[in-house]
Amino acid sequence: MLEKLLFGNLTLDAIPFHTPIIMGAGVFMGLVALVVIGCLFYFKKWTWLWKEWLTSVDHKKIGIMYIILAFVMLLRGFSDAIMMRLQQAVAVSPHLGYLPPEHYDQVFTAHGVIMIFFMAMAFVFGLINIIVPLQIGARDVAYPFLNSLSFWLTVVGAMLVNVSLVIGKFAATGWLAYPPLSELAYSPGVGVDYYLWALSISGIGTLLAGINIFVTIIKMRCPGMTLMKMPLFTWSVLCSMVLVIIAFPILNMTLGMLFLDRFMGMHFFTADFGGNAMLYVNLIWAWGHPEVYILVLPAFGIYSEIIPTFCKKKLFGYAAMVWATVVITFLSFIVWLHHFFTMGAGADVNSFFGITTMIISIPTGVKIFNWLFTMYRGRITFTTPMMWTIAFIITFTIGGMTGVLMSVPPVDFQLHNSLFLVAHFHNTIIGGVAFGLFAGFTYWFPKAFGFKLNETLGKCAFWCWVTGFYLAFMPLYVLGLMGMTRRLNHYPASTGWHPYLVVAAIGAAIIFCGIMFQLAQLVVSIKNRDKNRVTGDPWGGRTLEWSIPSPPPFYNFAFTPVVDNRDAFWEMKQKGLVNAHEPYQDIHMPKKTSLGFVIGILSGIFGFAMVWSIVWLSIVSGIAILACVIARTFNFHIDYYVSAAEVEQTERELLNRA
Amino acid sequence: MMTEVLANQDHHEHHDDSGSRVVFGFWIYLMSDLILFATLFAAYAVLRNNTYGGVGIAQITDLPRVLTETLVLLISNLTIGFAFLSQQRASKQGVILWLLVTFLIGLAFVGIEYQGFSQLVAVGNDWQRSAFLSAFFTLLGVHWFHVIAGLLWTIILIIQFASQGTSSKMATRLTCLGLFWHFVNIIWIFIFTIVYLMGVI
Repeated sequence: MLEKLLFGNLTLDAIPFHTPIIMGAGVFMGLVALVVIGCLFYFKKWTWLWKEWLTSVDHKKIGIMYIILAFVMLLRGFSDAIMMRLQQAVAVSPHLGYLPPEHYDQVFTAHGVIMIFFMAMAFVFGLINIIVPLQIGARDVAYPFLNSLSFWLTVVGAMLVNVSLVIGKFAATGWLAYPPLSELAYSPGVGVDYYLWALSISGIGTLLAGINIFVTIIKMRCPGMTLMKMPLFTWSVLCSMVLVIIAFPILNMTLGMLFLDRFMGMHFFTADFGGNAMLYVNLIWAWGHPEVYILVLPAFGIYSEIIPTFCKKKLFGYAAMVWATVVITFLSFIVWLHHFFTMGAGADVNSFFGITTMIISIPTGVKIFNWLFTMYRGRITFTTPMMWTIAFIITFTIGGMTGVLMSVPPVDFQLHNSLFLVAHFHNTIIGGVAFGLFAGFTYWFPKAFGFKLNETLGKCAFWCWVTGFYLAFMPLYVLGLMGMTRRLNHYPASTGWHPYLVVAAIGAAIIFCGIMFQLAQLVVSIKNRDKNRVTGDPWGGRTLEWSIPSPPPFYNFAFTPVVDNRDAFWEMKQKGLVNAHEPYQDIHMPKKTSLGFVIGILSGIFGFAMVWSIVWLSIVSGIAILACVIARTFNFHIDYYVSAAEVEQTERELLNRA
Repeated sequence: MMTEVLANQDHHEHHDDSGSRVVFGFWIYLMSDLILFATLFAAYAVLRNNTYGGVGIAQITDLPRVLTETLVLLISNLTIGFAFLSQQRASKQGVILWLLVTFLIGLAFVGIEYQGFSQLVAVGNDWQRSAFLSAFFTLLGVHWFHVIAGLLWTIILIIQFASQGTSSKMATRLTCLGLFWHFVNIIWIFIFTIVYLMGVI
């Protein structure tokens, strides 16, 4: 009785001592955490960590922390991927593989959730945070505290998913947790609850971040930068943030309804009492389809920055590119039903959504041709970012074409939930989003840290990723056409699928080498950083972020730049203009605050308590969150002025260093 | 020269600028909140006839009570408007008085609504009875919690006006509360029309 009161449904049985794989992973995570904590003590870095990072509201530092989170989650999500590939490569009859179905189902669910929400999203928001304010000549985002809060809510969501590995279990429902399977009747454990709380908490963070970046771009551009003079990365982020603002409330409310079904015994999506499971599927895809564009639009923006830089040419068709982005933004909201043509909505409805889906390929095609025409007769330098970009153009075109194939409803009836679909979306998400993020990471790394990444290791990573990708996913297209459905735990040998799955597993192993090269690249580059120091403008850049030192001072711009052209910095360099004029002035900056971090941690505790029905802890942490938010509103001194003298001194030092 | 002039303006106008930025961002938040309600309205529209042999909307609508609730909320729109006018006249007492009146009227709404909920639950028409009732309780419940959040916010602003007096910062906060309050009441008008009026006609 007392135990129930203190710990809710949480007992020692929740820890899966009898499954060596999970315990091994848990022990490994624990060891890594211990090593990190040990290092912090050994090098006496706790104060530094707290003052410089955890309580920072500097958009550049928050961006870096987002990307660290993304890399850690990439490792976790990739471990899941390689486990699945290995399972399917060995689970041909009479063998059943090494992962029992219950565990395997959690693995593919966690893989999808982690890769989309905590790898891709975190990475996208990391790059947005670092670069957008610099590109528009701003000193921070519109709401720096909210930015810190958004980040910590994302971290907490990721942590909840990872805690579920060791304490209890994760959802075994697939990454979108379709009901009625995800309802209490069929998923009675805590798995779906972990899923709901992890995504709700991080979803609120993402929504807040979306509003924040949107307002930043609309309100904080430097003088002269009209909308049609914004760099294309900023444009694509603006459109992506519009999608976040419209789509994420749908996700949060839909997950909320599923939570009410499970927690309050409601009947939104249950199989009886009049519930309608297809309502959930419609709503989740009304978020889910825009979500893929939330990820890929910023990636398109990254390519649009990289190509002109490394071709030494103005981007071909700027206005067409902007309008293509805007049209994609709009169209992404009227195609959601193509994820379930088999629902049986009828020929008219399916035709409508089939046609709108095909139409999306037009603005996307416009973009592809614009990139190609920019490269045409350009002076191309084959740096790592440029190579990722070229690989993207080829790979994404293939992925786009298989997408158009499936937009034809009768074809989709054959391919629905087959490995053809799995191959298609990995083709677009890895070939489109992941390549873009890696390209952007390599491209802007010197801006954030002041030194370049090792090119040789970068190219090794690139070739491993690309070869591994094609080996891992092209066989999946064939398997889909052969009739293999997704999420299979084991299969009979007579299907003839086995050889293809072995090839796919080899592909995954090569991608693993790619990831190892990326880690090695980071380690080597950091070690040799003093040899690779760069100036503010290491690539011959065209936009404002390259006009300031690398890494930029915390206030970014000593003088707010004034622009009168696209490719503003390129123009300045051509005309030999210097945008700085003495005397220096006081700069208005936000103060550090620990509240974002604290509210994040409290939200994590609240989520954990709700998952395990620990009533007292839910109430205490809930009230504490509210108290923190209210306390913040009573603090009227959230910003300060950096004196002109300090700015002058910092700028002098930066000048001497360069 | 140009830069200098612009940089100077930037410096002096910062506070006004940050106020307009807050209000703009708050508008954007309200629009996302609108989508949240749109999701609930969509769910309600899909599930409204799925009564599973239980009561439908026509049987549980008490029009006089709903009309009272509507009038109560509309009056609170007026009173929070008066609070805003007092802020413009820099009258601290006026703001506090009208916020207090708004708070009491809002509290009355919350009470009447609670009474309606508990009457339904008392006769077994709770949210577990049917998909329709789940959607009904959730849509109205989320609105109800928005009103409660507004009440909490009103108390906080009363305290802050009492300690800070009227200032441009407090004006921004009052503007946001006002926007929120009007927004929540507009949602109620939609509930009044789509749930109740369309339900009984």
